[in-house]
Amino acid sequence: MNLAYRDVRHNLFRFLLTCLGLSLLMAVVLAMIGIYNGLVSDALNIVKAPQAELWVVEHGTQGPFAEASKIPGDTRDAVARLHGVSEAGSITYKTVEAKFAGDTLRLYVIGYQLGRPGGPQTVVEGRNIQRSHFEMVADRKSGLTPGDYIRLGRDNFKVVGLVEDTMNSAGDPAIFITLADAQTLQSQLAPPALRVQIARGAGLLESENAVAAVIARLDANADAQSVAQTVRQWKHLSAMTQAEQEELLIQSVVDRARRQIGLFLGILLTVSAVVIALIIYTMTMEKLKQIATLKLIGAPDRVIIGLIVQQSVALGAVGWFFGLGIILLVKDYFPRRVLLEPHNAAALAGIILVVCVVASGLGVRAALKVDPAEAIGG
Amino acid sequence: MADDKRNVIVDIKGVSKHFGTGDARVDALRDVDLKVHAGEVIALLGPSGSGKTTLLNVIGCILEPNQGQVQLDGEMVYDNRWLRSDLRKLRLDKIGFVFQFHNLLPFLDAKDNIALVLQLAKKSKAEAQARAIELLDYLEVGHRKDAMPAQLSGGEAQRVAIARALANSPRIILADEPTAALDSKRAGIVMDLLRKLAAEQDACIIAVTHDEKIYDRFDRLFHLRDGQLDHDQIN
Repeated sequence: MNLAYRDVRHNLFRFLLTCLGLSLLMAVVLAMIGIYNGLVSDALNIVKAPQAELWVVEHGTQGPFAEASKIPGDTRDAVARLHGVSEAGSITYKTVEAKFAGDTLRLYVIGYQLGRPGGPQTVVEGRNIQRSHFEMVADRKSGLTPGDYIRLGRDNFKVVGLVEDTMNSAGDPAIFITLADAQTLQSQLAPPALRVQIARGAGLLESENAVAAVIARLDANADAQSVAQTVRQWKHLSAMTQAEQEELLIQSVVDRARRQIGLFLGILLTVSAVVIALIIYTMTMEKLKQIATLKLIGAPDRVIIGLIVQQSVALGAVGWFFGLGIILLVKDYFPRRVLLEPHNAAALAGIILVVCVVASGLGVRAALKVDPAEAIGG
Repeated sequence: MADDKRNVIVDIKGVSKHFGTGDARVDALRDVDLKVHAGEVIALLGPSGSGKTTLLNVIGCILEPNQGQVQLDGEMVYDNRWLRSDLRKLRLDKIGFVFQFHNLLPFLDAKDNIALVLQLAKKSKAEAQARAIELLDYLEVGHRKDAMPAQLSGGEAQRVAIARALANSPRIILADEPTAALDSKRAGIVMDLLRKLAAEQDACIIAVTHDEKIYDRFDRLFHLRDGQLDHDQIN
């Protein structure tokens, strides 16, 4: 006879209400895990998107994501000629704000050379850029759809295709345009600022021709580190392998946000443990007379421990299940990507299981201290 | 004399129990001797704090005395050989409890409240259910077997509680104010029932009571005063 099940069934409404409260807490925990994953994934997606194996950037910088980098546009030709490099492309990155349908969109503009590395890999709707000017492929999160026109700088761009899950570490959706358009956009200043720059004699052409980085793909048998070492011999350039670039991004760009969310997650799990412990303790305290009766009629300790621990685990399991259901239903309404992997949910289930067993310890301790004599007398 | 010895179920000699030390020391039981025979129904009477419940707890294997011997159904308990789990097993096998407020588990129906005790004693589920129904029928509450305790009247709940106390055919039934929550008619019925059970099952019943209306239902009345059994009145 399972006493835990019978007790839950007897107080089903109250149990479900408690589970609902706990499930909301679980949903918040899962949301934090999802936001954390989304943050890391978004940051890495933008680095992984060009499918590069080597990043060539300005000497002394850790660009183009962790720091600004500016190198001459003809660097690509020099890199492409290196032994071991199969193809190379120039690329620029810039965050802009643009008006669209009455809203202001923050967009992460990626400029790339058509037919060279750096462009969108998988267009999920519409097509890739085919014309050398004024076409763009946008991330679906931007809210743009194929056929839309949006003004960037002084030019109107037509959205020809959509990609998914391409955002920078701040969550701004990416748009892809040609390198030429991106360089024009980069150098398009407001007329008064332009006049000041001309008056100072600044070389516009030089600035227009600059790129943030050159990315390269290597031959199958080429060693990325040795190619990077070759590039570093040019004193004005730095080079990083793809793995180094990803590591750099995780360590510098998203590290603080990652630790912040990680700490918050820890606090949430602690709060969950305390809440579960208090619920179980309260449930146990309400049953002290019944526990005393059970002891008096000869129930062994394991029956009483089972009653408490099983209810605690059931509470955690139902809370986790509902919490997962809630977050799966609402995750697409979050402004930032909530990325939940099956192993995250499984890991949380494991943690909750441990938390429930540990949290029930308080209730078990109270129950084991109950004197069977308490059942006798009023 | 030999017969008399064989039939003694509860045999207590020189039992003392105190709580606290120094000025705060309270002597709950002082040098208590008590013998109860099979089939006997006895009452423990006395004012509040006289030691009735303490004596019930000592006999019920839930409170170890400071001094004296306690022999239950031929077994000497509290002699340092008994573990807590042994005492629990002894309670399960040989002692039935009837409480003032029935103390049925609210989340089990009448039948399962009884079956639980049998299953704790390692009876199979089917066996436990059959015995529970048999006991409920015997106590004339078989038609309420599926009712939850909250749905039972006071008299019905007390009968179910008695059925639970009888489930493992105990030799000793300890009753704490078994009729306090009942009107005089139902109190009489419950006491008659307990007397009948004691006779049929060759068990003894020790009840703590203040209910004067049922004094005539006991074979012997024991008065406790300041922890001492000072009167043994035979009805």
